[in-house]
Amino acid sequence: MAILGAINPMLSVGLDGDNAWRLADYVKRGGYTALRRILEEKVSQGDVINEVKKSVLRGRGGAGFPTGLKWSFMPRSFPGDKYVVCNSDEGEPGTFKDRDILRYNPHSVIEGMAIAAYAMGAGRGYNYIHGEVWEIYQRFEEALDEARAAGFIGNDLLGSGFSFDLFAHHGYGAYICGEETALLESIEGKKGQPRFKPPFPASFGLYGKPTTINNTETFASIPYIMNLGGESYLEAGKANNGGTKLFSVSGHVNRPGNYEVPLGTPFATLLEMAGGMRAGRKLKACIPGGSSAPVVPAATMMDCTMDYDSISKAGSMLGSGAVIVMDETTCMVKALERLSFFYYEESCGQCTPCREGTSWLYKVVQRIEGGQGRSDDLELLASVTTNIMGRTICALGDAASMPVQSFIKHFRDEFAYHIEHRKCLVPVDVQRAGSGFFTATA
Amino acid sequence: MLTSESLKRIDREIAKYPADQKQSAVMAALAIAQEEQGWLPSEAIESVANYLGMAPIAAYEVASFYNMYDLRPVGKYKVSVCTNLPCMLSGGVDAGEYLKQKLGIGYNETTPDGLITLKESECMGACGDAPVVIINNRRMCSWMQPEQIDKLLAELK
Amino acid sequence: MEIEIDGKVAQVPDGSTIMDAAQQLGAYIPHFCYHKKLSIAANCRMCLVQVEKAPKPLPACATPVTNGMKVFTHSELAIKAQKGVMEFLLINHPLDCPICDQGGECQLQDLAVGYGGSASRFQEDKRVVFHKDVGSLISMQEMARCIHCTRCVRFGQEIAGVMELGMASRNMHSEIMTFVGRSVDSELSGNMIDLCPVGALTSKPFRYSARSWELSRRRSISPHDSIGANLTVQIKNNVVMRVLPRDNEEVNECWISDKDRFSYEALNSPARLGKPMVRVDGALREVEWSVALDYVSHALKDVVGSSGADSLASLASPHATLEELYLLQKMTRALGSGSIDFRPRRRDFSTDGKLAGVPWLGLRLSEIKDLDSALVVGSFLRKDHPLFAQRLRQLGKKWGKVSLLSVGGDDPLIRLHAQLTVSPADLPLALAAVVKSAAQLRSEAVPAGLDSVEPCASSQAIAKSLVEGEKSAIFLGNVAEQHPHAAQLHALALELARLTGASCGFIGEAANSVGGYVAKALPTALNAYEMFAQPRKAYVLLGVEPDLDCHNPQQAVAALKAAALVVALTPFSDGAVREYADVLLPITPFSETSGTFVNTEGRAQSFNGVVRPFGDARPAWKVLRVLGNLLNLPGFDQASSEQVRDEIIPSGEGFAGGLSNGLNGVPLALPVTIGGLQRIADVPIHFADALARRAPALQKTRDAAAPTARLSAPTLATLGVTDGAQVRLRQANGEAVLTARVDESVPAGCVRVAAGHASTATLGEMFGAINVERA
Ligand SMILES: Cc1cc2nc3c(=O)[nH]c(=O)nc-3n(C[C@H](O)[C@H](O)[C@H](O)COP(=O)(O)O)c2cc1C
Ligand code: SF4
Ligand code: FES
Repeated sequence: MAILGAINPMLSVGLDGDNAWRLADYVKRGGYTALRRILEEKVSQGDVINEVKKSVLRGRGGAGFPTGLKWSFMPRSFPGDKYVVCNSDEGEPGTFKDRDILRYNPHSVIEGMAIAAYAMGAGRGYNYIHGEVWEIYQRFEEALDEARAAGFIGNDLLGSGFSFDLFAHHGYGAYICGEETALLESIEGKKGQPRFKPPFPASFGLYGKPTTINNTETFASIPYIMNLGGESYLEAGKANNGGTKLFSVSGHVNRPGNYEVPLGTPFATLLEMAGGMRAGRKLKACIPGGSSAPVVPAATMMDCTMDYDSISKAGSMLGSGAVIVMDETTCMVKALERLSFFYYEESCGQCTPCREGTSWLYKVVQRIEGGQGRSDDLELLASVTTNIMGRTICALGDAASMPVQSFIKHFRDEFAYHIEHRKCLVPVDVQRAGSGFFTATA
Repeated sequence: MLTSESLKRIDREIAKYPADQKQSAVMAALAIAQEEQGWLPSEAIESVANYLGMAPIAAYEVASFYNMYDLRPVGKYKVSVCTNLPCMLSGGVDAGEYLKQKLGIGYNETTPDGLITLKESECMGACGDAPVVIINNRRMCSWMQPEQIDKLLAELK
Repeated sequence: MEIEIDGKVAQVPDGSTIMDAAQQLGAYIPHFCYHKKLSIAANCRMCLVQVEKAPKPLPACATPVTNGMKVFTHSELAIKAQKGVMEFLLINHPLDCPICDQGGECQLQDLAVGYGGSASRFQEDKRVVFHKDVGSLISMQEMARCIHCTRCVRFGQEIAGVMELGMASRNMHSEIMTFVGRSVDSELSGNMIDLCPVGALTSKPFRYSARSWELSRRRSISPHDSIGANLTVQIKNNVVMRVLPRDNEEVNECWISDKDRFSYEALNSPARLGKPMVRVDGALREVEWSVALDYVSHALKDVVGSSGADSLASLASPHATLEELYLLQKMTRALGSGSIDFRPRRRDFSTDGKLAGVPWLGLRLSEIKDLDSALVVGSFLRKDHPLFAQRLRQLGKKWGKVSLLSVGGDDPLIRLHAQLTVSPADLPLALAAVVKSAAQLRSEAVPAGLDSVEPCASSQAIAKSLVEGEKSAIFLGNVAEQHPHAAQLHALALELARLTGASCGFIGEAANSVGGYVAKALPTALNAYEMFAQPRKAYVLLGVEPDLDCHNPQQAVAALKAAALVVALTPFSDGAVREYADVLLPITPFSETSGTFVNTEGRAQSFNGVVRPFGDARPAWKVLRVLGNLLNLPGFDQASSEQVRDEIIPSGEGFAGGLSNGLNGVPLALPVTIGGLQRIADVPIHFADALARRAPALQKTRDAAAPTARLSAPTLATLGVTDGAQVRLRQANGEAVLTARVDESVPAGCVRVAAGHASTATLGEMFGAINVERA
């Protein structure tokens, strides 16, 4: 079973068994009926997009942008090629849902992309798959072969006259390629360096052609929306937050894994589904939307429901739905040091504030963690983050800054202690126990 | 200098892209070259560049930008362990330390017998399975507690 | 669209950026990565400005203007953003301004004064970046100074057409580098030195030889190719220390070729001739000017007196100034000889006397960007004319259909519409095929004599692009001018132009290829080829090195060696001239004289000397004037080079008059093609003139590698020779031994052997039959 738990699931229904990913199994679950109906009934492109708009499906890749609206930006009467691109470069620390979607339900993504291509008049698509999940890439290629053989992709889909071909492109280890324009550069065979916007991909995308990029989960949701109807899909979640969503729960819980729940589900419920806190320890903090989202202290988090609006009100972001749970054994300085290293390492290196700033942030946090902190370091960090934020080509600069700002904001005492006493507030052996590495098998 | 088998695989990748966009296949081609050679010597990068009609330095930019390409020789097995925060919370860092101690090497080092190179890696999109380890960019191993690591090392030796 | 910047209002066209608008208003916005000629990268972030209603500061270089936009470049928000970026730029930048070669002309240094903080808040170790060895032109010794603006990378991709530098790796370890072990010496590479806003890429020959503020700047004109690039020459203690481009959008834009930039080293060469020399008892001896001139005037008079004026011939370099060419022809004619020429590489002179005017490009350089299609016939375009090729490269990137009809398959690094590569003998035939296709497309009668020609798909495609283009042009390159059937190529090109409505013209070999016609340095008796084919008693050579510059060097040198008198006016004392000259008169190169070059578009660009003459060397126009006086010839009393110029081009005229490529009475007649192996001779870029040949840095580049005999593998196989073997090349009257190399770009049945090099000076004609066998 791919997904460890669910409430009113859609995407994760019927994924038991080794062959759930196969075309036959998907069709048995009702797969490709949406695409077939659209093609056979010649549903208009506008109607497809309207249905998506009605569902209030918000992009599952991180920014939560309404998908229907994004699709409507594509120029209707563009004479040349147009593209749809799926972002499966899942690299945001804490996120591992797209991998399971592709592993157990790849045809939902293929069908979703085909519907999207139809709605936007795109003739070609690519699915960009994170380099480290090689088996998933191979499986997706197999799924593509199945779909092509069955006439769901390729020339003249089901005799409709509409053609759409879809290919898989693998990454090879660069977080930044999750950023949509870096991803396009990467498909073009270059370094994954984000492009300045405007122009946006809808007017100047892959190979300079109009392009729409959505996350894996976003595309995977499309067939369900089409089958259910936009309104019912919206109702499955809560107002302004349509549908169900996969949450990747990691960290100090008993059952880390993916859980599909309606948007608006209380955090407490999700935590419970994930088996509760490891070894019964206390929740200290949670990063609710992937490592780039600001950290939220336990008390605030326990009051949140898992949807874009509630998490935003708590001062963070639902992001990709990666819930990183930290208990009291966590040293927040150490945690931030690891995250800061990540952003420093993954900065593409093109714009000055991000290239220089992320390395500066890391070096200062590292110094504090190493017991070499200075009294004005926290002010320095604050100042450097403001000099990065909003001044870079893509959002990686912001993503690197928000953890620094939020960790210091909510756990200032712990940082101050570290600087003053040159050691962690949480004793090292307590920290060591937290991971459960050496106790798990004992 | 690439084998005809590799070139055939590269051709399949080229076919995925519009005819005038051969360069799109560079990532796949470099991965294939690396699989063939074990790492990416500059001659291999140049062959790929020539095959795809791009400047060698443009191919080098790509090879040096993405983490999974090895621009220096590595052991027969490259073992990469994720130590990013979500994994760290569930033993990723500990697993790395355990591997170092078992192999007697640090990160980015190779065992004296040339068998294993150890690397620290960023998020692999598998945080729920922490600790996670990847062998030679291809095979992902989940829930790598000490016992599983011991088993893995025994298998590799 | 209307935009307000700091209260000033500008109207800008749709699609302009804030930076464009600011430049129009003369408002300065700090920047590093932005460059008017390069694509927008928006990576340095120095140009952040405040835009009304925008929550964040926006990069001026990349943000499109919207109507009614209000921009503040000096508001608190903008300044804070700019200072923030400056701090980031400086944290890893070495503070070595006092010893940095860029000191005094560093954009980072200039801006840091205004935007940098006083003390650094960065207390960590600075980044260490290893130096790179990238050849003889550019120093990448201090790469820690790089601020990752990627101008150099974009220059390669976009302007030079070859990506020599790239930014490898990522994050703060990103590094500018070449592909393992490669050098950076394409024909335009040096421009990256100017583009680099800091001292990361610096000139290797110039390095550490002077500080920028010690240099005085003088204007000059490049003496090399036919573009006439505008130069700034920098001087210290009467020595040329450095040459930089001077912006002239109409001519060289902001670029110069590496030859323009680095050949100045030859000006300070130990081979400079500082004293007149006369051969006495077989050996050259230094003498005073008065002695030398006296000797020359008597000797010339003697030859003319004893053997007749016909026994005298004068040959000048097309790199000589307008004034020099004019006075030389005037003197030669006044002595009674019509054997004067300035086209040593030419073989076919049958259009002489039939030209409607002065042959030229046929349009202005600045018009190239508006062409719909262009055809270049017979050119090693990239190396013969780097800046001309650059303009066509930009055209090809836009809508322009650029086609090439050539004898060498060298990649011009231009997006081509069509390319036809044929043997030299087949070049007229291939052009005729285009003519015929054009006639067919226009439903006109096929010109007489072309019935048997068979157009191929490429010739049809070329013709179609020319016919369809509203503005199209045909350009004849160096090979077309040096070709044994140059007149036919010219006539065919004119016919093609007539059929397609295209302009037609010559790109021109050298700085004064147009100027020589204007100065009338043209034969009425023997031309540049005949004067050696029918050896003369006496020769006057002006700046020319016949062993390297002539169509048939072997023949030229033989004639010179046999002559009774050879007077060489030359800036250099080395080389073959020592073997055959009886008198060496030290003249000054372009840097030490005033003069005029008329570039390919007919633009007459005059310049002054920038340093005092070396030793006793004198400007050639003065030497010729004095000789004229000593010979009692009329019309040699000009007091300045301006006065000489005024006799040729009316003063105040920026362009030469009488430009025309028309022909009178040259019928189309296709030459018979020859069988057997043919030679193709290119003139490698750094062997093309006397200065480049003596510039050490240029001579260490890839382009200066010694010539080999290049053949396609099948052709090589038919000769029973293997790649790398030594081969003996034989022409009617000369031979040489070279290494054979496989080069698939060489047409079948041809061997490519470069001219202009000592190792091939023993060979004969540039094109025509040649014999190759294992040595
Ligand atoms: C640094 C960075 C990393 C990102 N990584 C991912 C990612 O791994 N997967 C993803 O779907 N979107 C990622 N995004 C968001 C994408 O840029 C884009 O917004 C998204 O793919 C759009 O799809 P959606 O509208 O369906 O969410 C990232 C953005 C940034 C700035
Ligand atoms: S070397 Fe100079 S031009 Fe190139 S990126 Fe660095 S600073 Fe810019
Ligand atoms: S000049 Fe605008 S970002 Fe560099």
